[in-house]
Amino acid sequence: MEEFVQHLINGISLGSIYGLVAIGYTMVYGILKLINFAHGDVYMMSTFFGFYFARWLGFAYTPSVIGALIILFLAMAACALLGFTIERFAYRPLRKMPRLNLLITAIGVSLLLENGGQILFGADPKFFPELIQRAELFRIGDISISNFQVIIIVVSLSFMALLQYIIFHTKTGKAMQAVSFHHENASLMGIDIDRIISFTFVLGSALAAAAGILVGLAYPRIDPLMGVLFGLKAFVAAVLGGIGSVPGAIVGALIMGLSEEMVVGYFSSTYRDALAFFLLIVILLVKPTGLFGKSTSEKV
Amino acid sequence: MNGDALLKLDHITVAYGAIKALKDISLSVNEGEIVTLIGANGAGKSTTLRTISGLLKPQEGKVYFKGHDISGKKPHVIVQQGISQAPEGRGIFANLSTEDNLEMGAYSRKDKESIQRDKEHVFHIFPILQERRKQEAGTLSGGEQQMLTISRALMARPKLLLLDEPSLGLAPQIIKQIFKVIQEINQQGTTILLVEQNANMALHIAHKAYVLETGKIVLQGKAQDLLNNPDVKKAYLGE
Ligand SMILES: Nc1ncnc2c1ncn2[C@@H]1O[C@H](COP(=O)(O)OP(=O)(O)O)[C@@H](O)[C@H]1O
Ligand SMILES: [Mg+2]
Repeated sequence: MEEFVQHLINGISLGSIYGLVAIGYTMVYGILKLINFAHGDVYMMSTFFGFYFARWLGFAYTPSVIGALIILFLAMAACALLGFTIERFAYRPLRKMPRLNLLITAIGVSLLLENGGQILFGADPKFFPELIQRAELFRIGDISISNFQVIIIVVSLSFMALLQYIIFHTKTGKAMQAVSFHHENASLMGIDIDRIISFTFVLGSALAAAAGILVGLAYPRIDPLMGVLFGLKAFVAAVLGGIGSVPGAIVGALIMGLSEEMVVGYFSSTYRDALAFFLLIVILLVKPTGLFGKSTSEKV
Repeated sequence: MNGDALLKLDHITVAYGAIKALKDISLSVNEGEIVTLIGANGAGKSTTLRTISGLLKPQEGKVYFKGHDISGKKPHVIVQQGISQAPEGRGIFANLSTEDNLEMGAYSRKDKESIQRDKEHVFHIFPILQERRKQEAGTLSGGEQQMLTISRALMARPKLLLLDEPSLGLAPQIIKQIFKVIQEINQQGTTILLVEQNANMALHIAHKAYVLETGKIVLQGKAQDLLNNPDVKKAYLGE
C-alpha cells in the first residue's frame, strides 16, 4: 500500500509536467489543426535557457527560491518569444496553404531546433544547476515526499488553474475558443485572429518552458534531443484526453504520468517508453476522439 | 460618384481561383436605408457580403465605406469601422454560451457599461435569448440561433448591418418575427444590407433592391417597383 501511494505521488508529479506540455499541443491543434512538432523542442530550449540564465546570473551556484523563480520566469519569457517567432515567421505565411505544408514545416522547425541545439550547446548532456536544494519534506512510514515533488505539483497546478481561468473567463480566452471554432466567423466579430493565434503560441510555449525548468530541477540531465520523446508522450497525452480540449490534455497527462510510474514500479522500467505508444494504439482503436473529445469541430 | 452613399461597391470583380463569382458589380447603400440583394442560390450574394466584410479581396474594383476605400482591409478592422455581419448559416460559436456569443459580438468595444446596456436591449428585442443566456449556443433551436446571430452582430454597434439570408431554414412564423425586428432595427437608425432568397419578404421591407444573377446585377430599383415588375414576379415571387 505504501509503495502504491509513493508511485501515486510520483505519477502525479510526472503527469503534471506532461500536462504543461500537452496543453501547448492541444491549444495549437485546436486553433490551427496543426500538430506542432516543434513544441517538444521549445520545452527542451527552456532547460537550456534556464541553464545559461542561471550561470550568467549566478543562481547556479547559490540555491534560492527567489533565484529559481527568476529563472522560471526568464525561461518562460524566452520560450514565449521563441514560440511567437516560430508562429510568426514559419507557420503564419503558410496558413492558407494545404495543411500538409504546415505539418512539414513544423517537422522542419523541430529539426532546426534539435540540430541547432546540438551545434550551440553541444550534443553531450549537461547538468541543470541545483536552483533549489533537494530535501525530504516529510515521510510517513516508507512514503517519502521531497520538496521537488511538492514544487512540481503546486507550480503545475497553479499554471493550469490560471490557464483555465484565462480560457474560460476572460474575453481573450473566449476569443481563443471562438477562433478555434471558426476563423472567419471569429474575424467577423472584430477579433484579430493573428493576434489570438500569436497569443496561443505564447501561452503554450510559456507553459512548456515551465515544464522544462521543473524537469531540469527534478531530472537534471539535459540535452538537445530531450524534447523528442518527452514531447511525443505529452502529445499522446493530449490525444488521450481528446486533442483540442484543454481539460482533456490535463487529464490525459495525469493518466500518462500515473501509468508510466505504475509500469516502472510494478513491471519493468524497460516498458516505460513503450507505454506511450501502447496507450496511443489503444485510444486510436477504442476512442479516437479521446476522453474529452467531441466528434464535431468543437475545440479548445 | 455618389458622395453621400454610406456603402458603395464600385465595379467589383471577385474570383474563387479561376472562377469569377462577381463580375463588375456596382451598388450603393445610403444611410438609413434597407437595401436588399436578391437572387437564386449561387448567384453571388454571400460572396458580395464576404467581400464587403473583408473575407475576400476584390480582384478589381473598390469598396467604399463613408467615402473611404476599405477594400483589402482586414475583417476585424472593417468591424471596428462600423460594418458587422450576421453570416449565412448563422455562424454561432456552438461551444460558447449565448451570453458569451453576444460578448464576442462586442469584442472591439471597450465600454463595459454600454455593452451591458446593449445586451439588455437585445434581450428586450428577443426575450428568449435572455432565458437561454447561460445555455451553450449549439443547443439553441434554429430560430433562436438566428436571433442570436443578428443580436451578436448588433452588439458591435454597427452603422451598417449585413444580413445573409436570415430566413434560411426557419418556419414562416419565425421569419415574420425576424423581419419585423429587422425593420425595427432599421427604424432605430441602423442601415441594413439584406441578402435574401426569400424575395417576397425582403422586397416588402426594403427601400431599394438589386437582383443578382450569376455574378451580375441584372436589375435594380425601388423595392416597391421590383415587386410589381413582371420579370421579378415570374422569376422570384413565384407568380
Ligand atoms: N469557397 C468557394 N470556392 C469556390 N467557389 C465558391 C466558393 N464559395 C462560393 N463559390 C461559388 O461562387 C458562386 C457564388 O456563391 P455564393 O456567393 O455563395 O452564392 P449565393 O450566396 O448567392 O448563394 C457559386 O457559383 C458558388 O459555387
Ligand atoms: Mg449565400
